[in-house]
Amino acid sequence: MKESEVPQDQNRILEGSRKAVYAVDEQGRYTIAKSDGWEAEEIVTSMAVEALNRQAEQARHQAESGETSPLEYHMYAHRMDLAILSQTTGIARWRIRRHFKPQRFTKLKPALLQRYAEAFDITIEQLQALPSATEQPS
Amino acid sequence: MTANQFEHRYAAHCESGVVSSMLNHYGLDLSEAMIFGLSSAITFAYIPIIKLGGLPLIAYRMPPKQILKGVQRQLDIKFKFETFRQPQQGQQRLDDLLSQSQVVGLQTSVYWLPYFPKDMRFHFNAHNLLAYGKEGDNYLISDPVFETVVTAPTKDLQKARFAKGVLAPKGLLYYPIDVPQQLNLGPAIIRAIKRTHKIMVKAPLPFIGVKGIRYLAKQIEKLSRKTEEEQALFIGHIVRMQEEIGTGGAGFRFIYAGFLQEAAEILNQPKLQTHSEELTAIGDQWRIFALKAAKMCRGKQSMDLSQLANLLRGCADEEEAFFCRLFETINKHSIKAIT
Repeated sequence: MKESEVPQDQNRILEGSRKAVYAVDEQGRYTIAKSDGWEAEEIVTSMAVEALNRQAEQARHQAESGETSPLEYHMYAHRMDLAILSQTTGIARWRIRRHFKPQRFTKLKPALLQRYAEAFDITIEQLQALPSATEQPS
Repeated sequence: MTANQFEHRYAAHCESGVVSSMLNHYGLDLSEAMIFGLSSAITFAYIPIIKLGGLPLIAYRMPPKQILKGVQRQLDIKFKFETFRQPQQGQQRLDDLLSQSQVVGLQTSVYWLPYFPKDMRFHFNAHNLLAYGKEGDNYLISDPVFETVVTAPTKDLQKARFAKGVLAPKGLLYYPIDVPQQLNLGPAIIRAIKRTHKIMVKAPLPFIGVKGIRYLAKQIEKLSRKTEEEQALFIGHIVRMQEEIGTGGAGFRFIYAGFLQEAAEILNQPKLQTHSEELTAIGDQWRIFALKAAKMCRGKQSMDLSQLANLLRGCADEEEAFFCRLFETINKHSIKAIT
């Protein structure tokens, strides 16, 4: 890739920061050029983010209608899955899956709630609540 | 505590950037590309049994820590590595080292680093950065993939250092304890290139090196039985691994080409300059694959799995021939040097 071909596609995901990219300058020397984004990268990154947001949104709906607990929503909203949440909290997957049942979740002891809250870096009150539809998952 | 005198270096990849910055700080001026090449960091690996977010691991470089270990092996530099069971101990140790004016490398999870753009914060645990000081509750950080230095509060950096899951950092910190001031780069470059040739062309496993690229091509063809959504997820994942996690373009092919260019001068071997140009052309081929694959995922072009698989096979064939030619050049060069 020549320095003049370094993509400057203004990838919104980079939020204005630029990436270092190796490219060949006019003298044929390798140099570090700054790129504000590449279309290919923006497409695949935003698709991955959208997939995670969709999961969070779906879990929020289900939690509102009482099909799952807010825990499942917070898991996806923090871009985690069962494997990561289990490893972060040290709670087995099957137990976490049980805590997705709203009745069980409301009866959880404070110590367990604290472990989940710590994994997400939120308070227990936030863990037990759902954000309104307009709030973006963080 | 005050900041150490420290010069931030901008880099395409976190680990090679950290090592280059760190050694520069201790008086050894080696470029990121040279570090990358010397540690034989370029590769290809498709590992279906290790999953990241449910998708197989695809890597265009050696696993985390291999650049550090490669530099140790080739250059007689010693790094001290420390991990911690207790996050509190890890923080204490880092603070102590910083107050002794050490510059310290850290392994972290991108997700908990507040200075990363929001949509780039995924649970990826093998991001390297340098801490060079602490002011109040803020660590002063040189993250090589950012243009300038940044900061992170203690609480966030602790979360990032002690994140759990695949490749969990366990608070890993590292710093050099023995840095030679004189280096004999020539023989190290020759050893490193021979090693890379072995990994790319002669790996005994079917999912490493050029065999791995062909294996992945076959997996892409097998996707025809899956739903469109699953196809887009898998193909998108390949491109993300190729571009997003610090490759600077074409799955590290350009940075290695930069290394070959530097090696041409150090060894006074103009053929390596030709090889650098050849690898640049291969890198451009990888970019064509990535752009096409991304557009197909987004529905901007219709999904054509066999076309993508064939593009990958093209890369594999080119790379196999390329690394064999490179080996031949280096082999002839080293025999000539001895006689």
